[in-house]
Amino acid sequence: MRDILKTTASRRAVLGAGLAGASMLAMPSILRAQDKSLKVGVYGGYFKESFDKNIFPEFTKTTGIAVESIAEPTGEAWLVQLEQAARAGQAPADVSMMSQVAMLKGQSTELWAPLDMAKIKNASGLIENFVNKYPDGRVAGIGAVSWYITLVTNTDVFKEAPTSWTALWDPANADKLGLLALVSNSFLLEVTAKTHFGGTDALDTEEGILKVFDKLAEVKPNVRLWYRDEAQFEQALKSGEIPMGQYYHDVTGLAAGEGHPVRSTFPKEGGILDSGCWALSRASEKTEEAHVFIDYLSQPAVQATLSRKVGTSPTVKRELLDLTAEEFAAVSSDIAPIVPRYDLYQTKSDFLNQKWTEMIAG
Amino acid sequence: MRREPPQRLADYAPLAFPAGMLIVFFVIPFATMIAVSFFEREQGGFYQPAFVWDNYARFISLFFGKVLGFSLFLAIAVAIACVVIGIPFTYLLSRTKRKLQVLWLVALLSILSLSEVMIGFAWSTLFSRTAGITNLFTALGLMAEPQALTPSFGAVMTAMTYQALPYTVLVLYPALVRLDPTLTEAARTLGASPVRAFFTVVVPALRNTILATLIMVFIFALGSYLLPQLLGRPQHWTLSVLITDQAIYQSNMPFAAAMAVFLVLVSLALVGLAVYAGRQKEAV
Repeated sequence: MRDILKTTASRRAVLGAGLAGASMLAMPSILRAQDKSLKVGVYGGYFKESFDKNIFPEFTKTTGIAVESIAEPTGEAWLVQLEQAARAGQAPADVSMMSQVAMLKGQSTELWAPLDMAKIKNASGLIENFVNKYPDGRVAGIGAVSWYITLVTNTDVFKEAPTSWTALWDPANADKLGLLALVSNSFLLEVTAKTHFGGTDALDTEEGILKVFDKLAEVKPNVRLWYRDEAQFEQALKSGEIPMGQYYHDVTGLAAGEGHPVRSTFPKEGGILDSGCWALSRASEKTEEAHVFIDYLSQPAVQATLSRKVGTSPTVKRELLDLTAEEFAAVSSDIAPIVPRYDLYQTKSDFLNQKWTEMIAG
Repeated sequence: MRREPPQRLADYAPLAFPAGMLIVFFVIPFATMIAVSFFEREQGGFYQPAFVWDNYARFISLFFGKVLGFSLFLAIAVAIACVVIGIPFTYLLSRTKRKLQVLWLVALLSILSLSEVMIGFAWSTLFSRTAGITNLFTALGLMAEPQALTPSFGAVMTAMTYQALPYTVLVLYPALVRLDPTLTEAARTLGASPVRAFFTVVVPALRNTILATLIMVFIFALGSYLLPQLLGRPQHWTLSVLITDQAIYQSNMPFAAAMAVFLVLVSLALVGLAVYAGRQKEAV
C-alpha cells in the first residue's frame, strides 16, 4: 500500500511538471506577437496584483513595451534562482525587484548588469541612498519602492496606540506579540540598538551585537508568534488573537481601510525603512527595454501613483511629488526612520543567523 | 503460472525503466546533495566547489544536537500516537459492515487530499482564543473563559497525528481484514475477555505490520516542516525548518545539504535498528 501511494504522488508530480513545462513552452509564442517585451519580477501576491493593475498597462501604452510580470518569492529564494539561471545564461526575469540584502549578495557574483545612468534621466530625482552601487561606483540597482515596517496593534485590544518600540519589552504585553522570524527581514537588532543603545552604531562590533542580542532576548516571553508567513500574522492581528507586533505599514493601512480593527503606528524611535531596487540580470538581452522601464518607474508622477495605489513610500525626493500632506503621511512619516544595517547581513550573515536562531529557538 | 528466474540479459529489460527513474529522480539528486554538503560557503554570496568538512563541523554543536533530538522525539511520539489510535480504530472498523467501512475509508482518504497548509491553518483556528473550541467549552460551562491552545507542543502533536493517521489506517487495514477471526474466537472460547484477546492475540499477530507502520509514520513525521512552524513555538521547530531557513533564506546550500545528509543518516540508522530489533525478536 505504501508503494502504491508513493507512485501516485510521483505520477501526479510528473504530470504537474509536464503541464508547467508545456505552458512555459507556450509562453514565448505569445510574447513573440509583441515587438518589444520585458519580463519583470515583482513580489508575488498583493504587490504583483497592484502593479499589474495600476502600473504595467500604462507603461505598455506609453512605451509600446509589453510587460510579462513574474511572481517572485520573498526572501532570497529568487536571488538563488536568478543566480543559478544566470550561470546557465538564462534570465527568468530581465528586471527584478530585489531587497537590499539580496542586492549586496548579487553584487558579490556580479549578477547585476551595470546600469547606464545617462539613459535613466529621471534617476536624478531619486533620494541618494536609493541608488545601489558596486564598490567601484557602477550602478547595480535603482530604487523601485520603499516601505516601512512599523508597530501595529489591534484597536479593540489596545484602545490607546503605543508610542514607542519599548512596548515590545513591556511585561504587560506577555504572549501578545507577533514578530518576523528571520534576523535579515525583521531588523529587530536595529530596532533594539536604536531604542536601547542610542543608534545602530552599537552594532559595529561583535561585542556590541551580542549585547544587543541579550537585550532583544528579553522580549521572548512576550512573543507568541515568530512568523515567516505574513498571512498568518495578518489574520491573527485582525482577529485580535495576537494583538501587537511588527508589520508592513502599507498592508496594515489597507486592512484598516477595509474596516478591520488594526492600526499602524510610527514609534518615536522611527519606523523601519526597507526598500526594493530594480536590478537587471547579467543574462538578460533586454538591456534597452530595461533602461526604458527603470526610467519610466523613476518618474515622480509614477512614484506618486505607486504611493496612492500600492501604498508604498516614494523613492524620489518629496519636493518633486504632487502628493498632498495627507497622502504623504499615509505612506511615510517625518520621524527619522531606522535604516537597516544591510552591510552586516553580508559580512556577518552566518554569525548573525546562528546567534539569532539560538536566541529564539534556544 | 510458474516464476522463472531471468535467464538472459534481455529478461532484465523491464527493470530498466524503474531503475532509470530511480537514478534520475533519486540517486542523482541525492548524490548532488552529498556533493554540495562538502562545498565551501561564501558568506554574503553563494558557494563554490571544494572539499571541506566545515559544514558538518558547524552542525556538531549542542544547539543543533538538541534540535535533532527534538525532531526525532517528535517523529517517534507521532508514530506511537498514530499506532495507539490507529490499531483499535482499524480493528473495530474491520469488524463493521462493508458499507460503513467504505464510508470511513473514503472520509479518511479525503484527509489526504488536504494540503499541509490547510491542515495547519484549520487547526490554528480551532485552537485559537478568538474562534477556537475553547469558546464551545466556555459556552457549555466547562471553562471560565476561552484561551489559546496554540502555539504549543500539544497543538503540533495533534495536527501531525491528524495528518499521519490516514496512512496508518490504510497500512493496518489490509492486515486486520485478513486476520483470521477464528483466532480471537478461539481465545474467547478459552475464556479471554475481548480486551485480553485483543492484546494477547491480535496485537502479537500483527507485530510486523505494526513495526512497518511505526517506521513509515516516523519517516513521514521527520520531514514535517510546516506544522511545527504554524502551531509550535520556536523550540518546537524541527530540523527541517532550520534546513529550509539555511537553503532558502540564507542561501547557504552547503550547510543545508550537510544538515539534510545528517538527518537522512540518523533516520536510516534508527530504522535499521528497529528492523534489526524486530528480526531478533522473531528469531527467539
